[in-house]
Formats: sequence, C-alpha cells, structure tokens
Amino acid sequence: MENRLIVSSSPHLHKGESVSRIMWMVAISLLPAGVAGVVIFGLNALWVSILAVITALATEGILQVLTKRKVSILDGSAFVTGLLLAYNLPPNVPIWLPVIGSFFAIAVGKQVFGGLGQNIFNPALVGRVFLMASWPKYMTAFSRPLNYDALTSATPLASLKEGKILENISYLDLFLGKRGGCIGEVCILALLLGAAFLLIRGYISWHIPATYIASTAILTYIFGPRGLFSGDWLFHILSGGLILGAFFMATDYVTSPLTRKGQIIFGIGCGLLTAIIRLWGGYPEGASYAILMMNAATPIIDRYTKNRVYGTRPL
Amino acid sequence: MVRLIKLPEHKHETENQAIEKMPLPALAYIHLSQHLGKICEPEIKIQDIVLRGQKVASVKAHVSSPIHASISGKVTAIEDWPHPVLGRCKAIVIENDGADRALDQERRRAPEEINSLTPDQIRNIVFEAGIVGMGGASFPTHIKLNPPKPVDTLIINGAECEPYLTGDYRLMVEKTEEILSGIELVAKCLGVNKVYIAIEDNKPEAIKAFNAICDKRYVISVLKSEYPQGGEKQLIKGILGREVPRGRLPFDVGVVVHNVATIFAIYEAIYTNKPLYERVVTVTGSCLSNPKNLLVRIGTPIKELIGYCGPLEEEPAKIIIGGPMMGIAQYTTDVAVIKSTTGIVLMGKEEAAIAEEEFCIRCGACVRACPAGLMPCLINLASEKELWTESKAYSALDCIECGLCNYVCPARRKLTQSIKRAKLEISK
Repeated sequence: MENRLIVSSSPHLHKGESVSRIMWMVAISLLPAGVAGVVIFGLNALWVSILAVITALATEGILQVLTKRKVSILDGSAFVTGLLLAYNLPPNVPIWLPVIGSFFAIAVGKQVFGGLGQNIFNPALVGRVFLMASWPKYMTAFSRPLNYDALTSATPLASLKEGKILENISYLDLFLGKRGGCIGEVCILALLLGAAFLLIRGYISWHIPATYIASTAILTYIFGPRGLFSGDWLFHILSGGLILGAFFMATDYVTSPLTRKGQIIFGIGCGLLTAIIRLWGGYPEGASYAILMMNAATPIIDRYTKNRVYGTRPL
Repeated sequence: MVRLIKLPEHKHETENQAIEKMPLPALAYIHLSQHLGKICEPEIKIQDIVLRGQKVASVKAHVSSPIHASISGKVTAIEDWPHPVLGRCKAIVIENDGADRALDQERRRAPEEINSLTPDQIRNIVFEAGIVGMGGASFPTHIKLNPPKPVDTLIINGAECEPYLTGDYRLMVEKTEEILSGIELVAKCLGVNKVYIAIEDNKPEAIKAFNAICDKRYVISVLKSEYPQGGEKQLIKGILGREVPRGRLPFDVGVVVHNVATIFAIYEAIYTNKPLYERVVTVTGSCLSNPKNLLVRIGTPIKELIGYCGPLEEEPAKIIIGGPMMGIAQYTTDVAVIKSTTGIVLMGKEEAAIAEEEFCIRCGACVRACPAGLMPCLINLASEKELWTESKAYSALDCIECGLCNYVCPARRKLTQSIKRAKLEISK
C-alpha cells in the first residue's frame, strides 16, 4: 500500500458534475422545440437540423485533429451549437446553408479562439449573423407552417415592421407556433418545457431570461404604435426569437457574466437592445444582435460586478 | 448572507460509534511541531525515562505550546519522522514500558480550588497543559484565552462541518457536562456573558444533550449542516452577523471561537491537571470494515489506528488526515498522530481517482460557491499564467482554502490548488 498512495492537494471530494453532462442536458432540453419545428414546418426542418449538427461535429473534430488537440466532439458542446444554429434558420433554406453556417459557427465562432470556453461570442449566433449578412434572401424567406409549396410569407414581426395589421394571429397561435419563423423559435410551449427542465435542474438560473424578457416587454409596452403605454408586449414576447434567445442563447455560460448581479445587467441589456432594434431598427427581429452585443460587453460587466469579498464590508 | 453548500456527509459510518480507547503503541513518535508557531526543543535526552504527561519539549516564544509524553517509557531516539502536515519533522521516540505510569500531579482538583482560580491561573494551567486548537488549526489556546482587547461573545464550535468526521459529535454526546464545565471556565477567563454553542442540525443527539443541561446563559445555535459552516469567520457571520475585517482576527469584532474538543481538553487540564497527550480521532472511509472513533495517544502511528479498525475491505488509494475538504493526503502510514489530527479517511481507488482537467466554461459555479466572495475561476486563470499581481488584484489572499470551488467545478479544474499557489507566490 505504501508506495501506491495517491498524494494530492485538498479537496479530496467532488460533486460529480461534468462539462459534457451539462452540455448534453442542454441538448436534451432543446429537443421539444426541434420536434415541434418539424411537426409545424415539415421534414425539411429535420434535414436542416441534422445537417447543421453533423457539420458542427465534423468541423470541430477536423479542426481539433489539424491543430493536434484532444478530439472532444462527444462533449455535447458542438452538438448544441449546431442544433442552435439550425433553430435559428428558416425551415426551407437550401441544404448547403446550414452546412456553411455550422462550419462558420464552429471554425470562426469557436475554434479560432481556442475552443470551448475561450470564445467571446455565442458561436451559433456568429454563424447566424454570418448567414444573415451573406445570404439575406434565404435567411428572410419564411414558409408558412405546413406549406410545402415554399411560398414565402413574412413573420409576424416582419409584418408588423412593414406596418401591416396583423390579422388571424391569436396569442394562442403564437404560443403553439402556428406562424412563420425559424425552425426552433416558433413553438413557445416546447421552448418553455425545455427551459423549465434546465431551470429545475439548476443548469440555468432565472436571472438572464427573466430580466431579458421583462425589459423587452416593458419597453415594447411603453413605446407602442398608438402613443406611450399602448404597445402589445405579449405579442412581442411570443413572436420572433426572444424566448429561444433568452433561455438558450443568452444563458450560454461561456459568453455571459459570472455573477448574478452581472447576469441581471446582461439580461436587461439584451432586452433593451432587442426592443430598440425591433421598434426603431432596420431589422424586424433583434434578439441575435442584442445577445451578440451583450456578449461583447460581458468582460466589462464582469469587471464591475465582482462579488463583495468577505471582510471588506465598509464599517 | 453566508454562502454555504450541502455536502454528502458520510458521517453515519461512525456517528453512532462510541469513543473507544485505542491500545497504547509500542513506540510513540512525539513530534516537536504540534502547533502553529515556533518548533519546540527537546528537554530530555536519549535514554531518559519519561512518565505519561511529563513535559518533554518546549520553547520560549509568544506563539508556542509545550509538548508532553503520551506514554511512559524510555526515550530511544530524537529523529526525523513522517509528520501529517509538514511531511517530515523531528520527533521524540518513546519506547513503551507497558506500565503507563503517570506523573503524580495528574489528580483531581478540589471544587473550591477550581472556583477560586483567577483568569491568569486558568490561562497558565492551559498553557502548561500544552493545549492548542484541536479543530485543525492548532493555534495555542492560552493566547486565545487572553485577547488583547475585551470581547463580548464566546462561540463554541461544534459544527464539525467536514464530511466523515464525528469525533466532536461523540464528545458532545458523551461528555456534555464536562464540556459545559469547560465552557464556564473559558467564559470566566474571557469575562464574557454571551455564549453560543454552535451545532449543525445533523447532530440532533448533541443538540438534545446540551438543551437538557444548559441554562439561559447559553444559546444553542442550531445551524444547517452545510459547508464550511464551521469555518471561524463563517461561523461568526452566520451566528452574529458580524464580519471579521480582512486581515484581522475574531477578537477585532469582539468574539473568541473555541472548538468543543479544545474545550474538553481545557476541562481535563483544569479539573484533573491532565496535559494534552491524547485526543479523539475518527478513523473512517469506505476501505475499512470497522470505522471507529478512537481515543488515541499523541504520537501513535496511523498504521496502528488503521489496523485496529480493520480488516481492510479494499486497498486504500488515498489516506487523508483531517476531513476530505481540507485534509492532507499522506504518503505513508508511519505518520504519527499530532494534537490537531481530527480524523483519518481512507479512500478507495474509485473515490481517489484524479479526473482530467478541462477548459473553464465560465459556468460561475465556483463564483457562487465561494464563501469568501471570490471569483476562483479568474484567479485560477491568472495563477496558471503566473500573473501574481493579477491574482492579488482578484483578492487571492482572502481565500480560506475551503475547497468548495474545486468541489463544484464541472471542468474539474484545480482551482483551490492554484489559488493556494498564488497565495504563496504573492506572500513571497
């Protein structure tokens, strides 16, 4: 026994949590929204999602081999990035679009910085805005739910932006996902199921999503189309990518602040930017850009929201 | 608010094991460093015959405490021997003569004599008995009985928040009255009226025992069993809401904290004039078939304790002295029990397996867990790049080394270790 004793510094206990476990839990929590997307938009949504995920895994693996690092494609993080990218795409995009998007998300959004934990911006959103800037035609062509003729229709937010009056869209339709939109963002019910799972298991906390959603709601209510305090805040919550963004992308550990205080500031910042873009910006939807801008602000938020160290209470 | 975390307790293995007297060792290795402070010098020569309780080493320094023989017999050597904290240290080796003869002066004091003791006399007896903090820090107790400014509160630390350990719990259950008498002496010595006895709620028998005999002068503070509840600074904040300012000591906020095992040693020193030459050690862990709480003479090699609690069910892969959160992994079972040895934990291969470090994913678990309010993940990154100025700016020196950041980290990063290193480098 003597010469085989392990000598290491304390502590000698571990909770048993692991990075890949967390990532796969997030992946599981995203599944209901994907299933809903396929049910709503048809099989093309499934192919887009599968291609995005496979490309993400392949890109990660190949780059890790080329840079002589440990291949960690089974840790779930690339899977989540690929899936989130697919969820941010319209269902009827050409099949090469998710491939390029996923490649860009992993290669430029993540591996360039050094891989998991090192990136500044949410990789899936980096992929999405790259596609948005490069192929806006495909990225804004939304098919109607269960319409395989691929007739394009506007999303509710886009209609609103164009000053059209929204007819035939009830809150219930929005909640269940009977509207145009991206694959994973339309079914609020499915998204909330996944979010509840993450919240209950403690993988995410309420701080970012609650402040994000609330500040978007408040701002869109105040600055309504018929003067102050006339906005349809519930419509704004239920449409676009707000729920997907607030629960699954703004909460990304790597790119959001460390402390609860910082997370609240981050959430409010996302909410304000989303509402500003929606109300006065050039795009109908602003969740992606809002989260990316706040990602950039994360280091400075961390700097000013450190916890108070024990023993430094002012007397 | 004090941030704390619930840990798996692993206490049920020994919590109902009454304290058992461990047979005396054939050879006792009395280390010359048994406390925080200056190392003692031997006062005996090789070949001398010593009695149990006889002073064998001391040193003239403010922070020091004398050391006593724990068995009677012949001094055969003064040599380097494995030490639980220092790795190796000089020790006086006593060969047991089997008679366990004590000094004459170890006798019961009359109640009138005890009542008439002045605070100075109490402190002197405690000093002469070689009593040091027995919760693990081993700071000489007589100094903590003589704070440089007046204090108003005494907290008795019976939290025992480290998993696996139950020695303090057994003492509280089996020696309740003695501990209470010890508390009275310490309160008298410090001149305080407010006394809190802090016990975690996973020790209902101890809470019941104190409730049954304590009068209104004492407040039994029942704490949630969370870690690191028993850390001195966390305990003071949890009970009184007072925060010990950075770089200061508890008496700066009018508080003195003593561990229950220390209080029991004070009781024995005052009532029976017995020096500190034995203590309760929890010997436990999944590798042992008969985990126990043992009353062990100082200087007994842990090999004998492990043998007494055997047979081994599994070859231990790691042997820890102290609890699993802050204890020290040992490289040999020759290492001898010292005054601050609270327990021995034997971990099997699976429990002791060292996981591979992954990249930090900034999940913030360590930030939320840190009871000192630090950002361990950021100190870790700075420390790994050997950026000591940056580590200091992140308040690395305020780390209490509780180990919680490591415990919660999903990337299995060696957070506590790198912060300890940063502390050493900053202090250079």
